[in-house]
Amino acid sequence: MTRESHCDACFPPASALDYLPLPELRALQLRRLKESVNLAYHHQESGLLKRRMDEAGVKPEDIKSLDDIRRLPFFLKTDLRDTYPYGLFAVPREQVVRLHASSGTTGKPIVVGYTQSDIDVWSDAMRRCLLACGLSEHDVMQVSYGYGLFTGGLGAHYGGEALGATVVPTSGGNTERQIMVLQDFGVTAICCTPSYFTHIAEKAAEAGVNIRETKLRVGVFGAEPWTEAMRQHIQDSTGIRAHDIYGLSEIIGPGVAIECREQNGLHVFEDYFYPEIIDPETCENLPDGEEGELVLTTLSKQAIPMIRYRTRDITSLMTEQCACGRTVRRIRRIGRRSDDMLIIRGVNVYPSQIEAALMRIKGVSPHYLIVVTRESGLDQMEVQMEITPEILGDRIRELEDLQGAVAHAIYSTVGINAKVTLVESKTIARSEGKAKRVIDKRG
Amino acid sequence: MKIQQIAIFMENKPGHLQTICRTLADAGVSITTLSLADTQQYGILRLLTDNPEKAATALSDAGFVVNQTEVLAVEVDDKPGGLLRILDIISEKNINIEYMYAFTFHRGENAVMVFRFDKPDDAISALQARDVKVLTNIDILKGAF
Repeated sequence: MTRESHCDACFPPASALDYLPLPELRALQLRRLKESVNLAYHHQESGLLKRRMDEAGVKPEDIKSLDDIRRLPFFLKTDLRDTYPYGLFAVPREQVVRLHASSGTTGKPIVVGYTQSDIDVWSDAMRRCLLACGLSEHDVMQVSYGYGLFTGGLGAHYGGEALGATVVPTSGGNTERQIMVLQDFGVTAICCTPSYFTHIAEKAAEAGVNIRETKLRVGVFGAEPWTEAMRQHIQDSTGIRAHDIYGLSEIIGPGVAIECREQNGLHVFEDYFYPEIIDPETCENLPDGEEGELVLTTLSKQAIPMIRYRTRDITSLMTEQCACGRTVRRIRRIGRRSDDMLIIRGVNVYPSQIEAALMRIKGVSPHYLIVVTRESGLDQMEVQMEITPEILGDRIRELEDLQGAVAHAIYSTVGINAKVTLVESKTIARSEGKAKRVIDKRG
Repeated sequence: MKIQQIAIFMENKPGHLQTICRTLADAGVSITTLSLADTQQYGILRLLTDNPEKAATALSDAGFVVNQTEVLAVEVDDKPGGLLRILDIISEKNINIEYMYAFTFHRGENAVMVFRFDKPDDAISALQARDVKVLTNIDILKGAF
């Protein structure tokens, strides 16, 4: 049985901003947009926004309506990399209370920072996500996202506490213990990647534990794209309700958007994060409903006010009112990206990072292929590389050492254990244009 | 003293050894002896031939990844304790054997073993000091034909 977190009698609920009448919401967004642009224009450490706006002849005062956002320049992940570590920060360092990092497009990570007010915004957005999933202070929530530099674990954790739920910070890994906690602590909600949850469910079944017989009723799943078929599989096999959550460190972390109980598109918390959809080729804004790249602007963030960040995620904006009554718009669930980023066990991986790791090892061929598969719910990454005369000695041990060195270089770059396979020369397909570096066999 | 060995990388797939042998046959190269070291995924085929240069070129041209290395071919008395005597000499000098394999032919009364030592030069002096015959490329050619 599911339990309502609020009823019509106690409306407006604790997530009242989700239900703001549109004129009020738009006015709030415009006021906050002006503040964000002003902050970033005048205080961004690298001065990147100011330079770009000055070049385009746009002043912060020119932002008079929400549509004027289109006059502002875009920001990309490479901007975070190029200004590493603090170039996009807009507050003095003593106001920054937290740093997180995620993988960049090459070896260096990107760093994001939060003031106390940013942590409060993040916790509130995440709290409203959990409310939309039907959770309340009566729930026991297991957070099986990784805790650490990755935003998943702590983001979900703070949201759960803000909601008043009982948070169990199991972090990722040690599946047997996850299952024990889930059973023994009376866990009613779990936050993790959908693939990790299917892994937990499979291991539980092997151990004779039926998820249906536990108290678990809600899953908040994100950090990787997943399909409607996967949702049906999870719901049918475990009896829980599975919600898709969306977020990214560059904007704040998890909590940017969530599926409500209608499970039809993800509500964006527009009072904090302003969504646009653009054509990734022309960078022109697309009409509502058309599919394109999601661009997000933070409206309440201080440490890194992010203007028109190109997420590379492909979706469309749903503007019609949702049956749940929330006025904030929805995005359709994200199935693909406009770049070559892979999400493996919730971790962002670019082929260029694998390439950079390979190239650090002497004699390694520039011809490689990444093969991603899913085995019993867990993503597996295999990196095939061609052998060269320089690295072929006459002993197996030398090749095994090389495989170990490559696996270590990949691990230290992206934080994922890869299986390194040696293949014969010229067996990886050559291409005239853009090389095919990735075969993704996950369904 | 050291003899040329060619090492070839092979994925574990049917027909690979066949292709290598055909390539060598077409190039007119004769295999003197060989050994295969393997893992689940791949193997390294090590060959002694009557013409290592020609063999390496032919195999490279056929798309194989080939490396030329040096090994020692050592005469071993073909009687109880024959190999033991060699190992005694080697271990006395604290020399390690990386791998070894046997020859398919005899040299007179003796067998011939191929060794890859971690310190090949030390091994040559230690073996020669005890009157153990370390074969040259020419010895091998004579033995093979």
